[in-house]
Amino acid sequence: MGTTASQLGKDLLSEYQELTFLTKQEILLAHKRFTELLTKDEKDLPNTRVPAERILTLPELKSNPFRKRICHVFSTSEQKDGSLTFEDFLDLLSAFSDSATLEIKSHYAFRIFDFDDDGTLDCGDLEKLVNCLTGETDETRLTTEEMRQLINNILEESDIDKDGTVNLSEFQHVISRSPDFVSSFKIVL
Amino acid sequence: MQLRRRRQSRPAIRDFSRSARPSIRGYGMEVDSTDAEVSKRDRLVNNLQNLSVSDRVRMLRGMPLSVAEKSELSQIPCCSQLKYYIIIGARHSWYSWLNFLHSLQLWQVALKTVSGRFGTGVLSYFLFLKTLLFFNFFLFLVTGAFMVLPQAVHPPVLPAGRSSFSGLELLTGAGYFSDTVMYYGYYSNYTLRKSCRDDGGVQNVSLSNGTRLDCVSKHLSYNMPLAYFFTIGVAFFITCIILVYSMSKSFGQSFRIDKSHSILAMKVLCSWDFKVIKKTSVKLMSENISTQLKELLAEVNQKHVKNTACQKLWRLMVHGLAWTICIGSTTACVLKLQQSSRIADNNLLLTEASLLALPVVVSLINLLLPGLFNLAAWMEDYESPSVRTYVAICRNLMLKVSVLGLLCYHWLGRVAADPEDIGLKCWESFVGQELYRFLLMDFIFTLLDTLFGEFLWRLKVLKRRRKPVFDIARNVLELIYGQTLAWLGVLFTPLLPAVQIIKLFLLFYIKKSSVMMNCQAPRKPYRVSQMTTVFITLLCFPSFLGASVCVTITMWSITPSSSCGPFRELKTMFQAGKRWVEELEKDNPNLSVLARAHSYLVENPFFLFVGAGIFLIVIYFHSQVVDGQRKIISLLQEQIENVRHHLNTVYTALCNYEDNYKTN
Repeated sequence: MGTTASQLGKDLLSEYQELTFLTKQEILLAHKRFTELLTKDEKDLPNTRVPAERILTLPELKSNPFRKRICHVFSTSEQKDGSLTFEDFLDLLSAFSDSATLEIKSHYAFRIFDFDDDGTLDCGDLEKLVNCLTGETDETRLTTEEMRQLINNILEESDIDKDGTVNLSEFQHVISRSPDFVSSFKIVL
Repeated sequence: MQLRRRRQSRPAIRDFSRSARPSIRGYGMEVDSTDAEVSKRDRLVNNLQNLSVSDRVRMLRGMPLSVAEKSELSQIPCCSQLKYYIIIGARHSWYSWLNFLHSLQLWQVALKTVSGRFGTGVLSYFLFLKTLLFFNFFLFLVTGAFMVLPQAVHPPVLPAGRSSFSGLELLTGAGYFSDTVMYYGYYSNYTLRKSCRDDGGVQNVSLSNGTRLDCVSKHLSYNMPLAYFFTIGVAFFITCIILVYSMSKSFGQSFRIDKSHSILAMKVLCSWDFKVIKKTSVKLMSENISTQLKELLAEVNQKHVKNTACQKLWRLMVHGLAWTICIGSTTACVLKLQQSSRIADNNLLLTEASLLALPVVVSLINLLLPGLFNLAAWMEDYESPSVRTYVAICRNLMLKVSVLGLLCYHWLGRVAADPEDIGLKCWESFVGQELYRFLLMDFIFTLLDTLFGEFLWRLKVLKRRRKPVFDIARNVLELIYGQTLAWLGVLFTPLLPAVQIIKLFLLFYIKKSSVMMNCQAPRKPYRVSQMTTVFITLLCFPSFLGASVCVTITMWSITPSSSCGPFRELKTMFQAGKRWVEELEKDNPNLSVLARAHSYLVENPFFLFVGAGIFLIVIYFHSQVVDGQRKIISLLQEQIENVRHHLNTVYTALCNYEDNYKTN
């Protein structure tokens, strides 16, 4: 299965509609924006992989502090370099779409926040997460003491089996308590 | 994994390609990982084969696999070729319908720009505006198709002495407009038929004695009074159903049983708004999150400082003073309104422009008093921003409900009861015009407020360094107030939904440009789902309920004017329906069942009581179920604690035993 240069075949379109949460207009718009990222010679090749740097020039991802993690999570390349094919791009948009379920969103949110890709959120992951949230400047960053307190409190509140890390089920349990997660975990082209 | 369930069931974790069960990971289970993957996949394919096509599609979509992996899994043969093609055809037509609906989306680019800069909070105001637009559009379609169009095609004989068009009509709604299809008074009280044009006019057929026409038309006849009565009734009924449905859906999405624990974890894991894409807004959001985290940390980790009795008393006094100011100012304004409405009655037909006095006064009250409430709230200095928002909403609501209540009493209690006293021939048209004026004045004052409140910052007149913050709650309450006026006025002015549609359309663009140019993102955390539920509930309960109660009272107990409108010569508007049923019974005695059903169900209030009782019982059962679930959750958490403690004990004992064994 592959995507040809400028036109998306009808069969492919309906197949993508079945397998993702996107509507036809969203898939076509995604295709348009994806082909804009390709260089002239890449446009003729099927199944081109766009490197992460070019994906990150999209305005929807440019200023997002989790942009590198998002590219990494949805990338299916063997080199793990964050490059995306068109189908990876559709996966990304589908997980972030309006109609995606809470389970899908929480699953991908967990993988995005898992900075060391070990399947759990340990102290290192949580610290990197908080630093992403609070930004780069010195005034907004938490002090070491505050960070330690914060991580202790988070683990106390959400680590049910007390193994010092937050696994997927515990993460989903916390997420299910917040009704705003579904509406804030959205990216629209 | 219950694959047969219709509702979205969570796929088992073992079926995920990247295992997320870390408690087993690291204990040597990855030895045969490749084999495990293959067998996992086979199991998955097996499971999928047993499902129906639609279940399979739903399951595939809900799996966190890449598109390539999913397409491999979906190449599973199922049922016979014919059945497969039928199902595929049905799915394709369903998708085309969904795509068509999606393409009708209004203002997508504008909404994306707003959410990209301000986040989901401010976006919710614009989404609420869009929802109201669709409600009014539906109302306009129904009234337009069943009331306005038939009457416009068969115009009645107009009285002599119509005023010509002057510009003032657009503001007052009177003058030239008062004898058009816009108002109640224009509508005929007879059955419209395609006339034979011997005398150039429409035959005036009286409904009660049924005299025959000279030329009997074979075309369809249209019973105008009946159509008017039933259209309004059905439109309100359908709006009620849609409102209650969206309210329950929104409540279901936003209600959470156990919110008091895990505040910090929720803040860290769930609070990033991925919709915000502008760099400065992202930076602002980071700053806000950092501030909120620091505040929450301080709150959670410090002992709560107990207020001394003196401080408590002082706070109580301040709160009491603030509420006295608010209630006092509201009462004073309402009394002044009552006075001026009485004066307005007496000078009613003086000049056209004087008709605008009352609406202007009401709009001024609606504009200035919330500012006073804000000052009182600033004096009170609430600790929690959500409590502050709720108090502000309560006070605003109290003001608007009292003002609207007084106006309804004035129109239905005084004007409708004694129209000759004031010199009115057609009180329904007059009330319709009043509502038109109120709606228009509300719009003009919102425009002026936006101009002066938000644009004025640009001229640095008030010398403030920071941009004003967009007050979501206040703006949404203004929208709800305007919608209440529109619902009140549909009975008297069938074209009022069209006016409301134009107003909402213009308001969208004005508010959007004002927000983009002059406002900054809100600094306090804003719980979107909760506030949206509150607003929809406010739209349903005080707003729609109040409007429908007023309309019901008008239809059931107030005498319509005897010289205009579709219900002249009837004792109440409700009689139109009753009379039709009686006529049906006369023509066809077999339909007496319908007549008896009508008299028992609709006229007897007993049925309403029974219905309300059943509704309350259902609500009580649901609340008991929620309570039970809350108890189950706390019991389960206790159980987890106990199991963990037990496992710890066993582990320690094992370690001790091992140590003892090793040393011995």
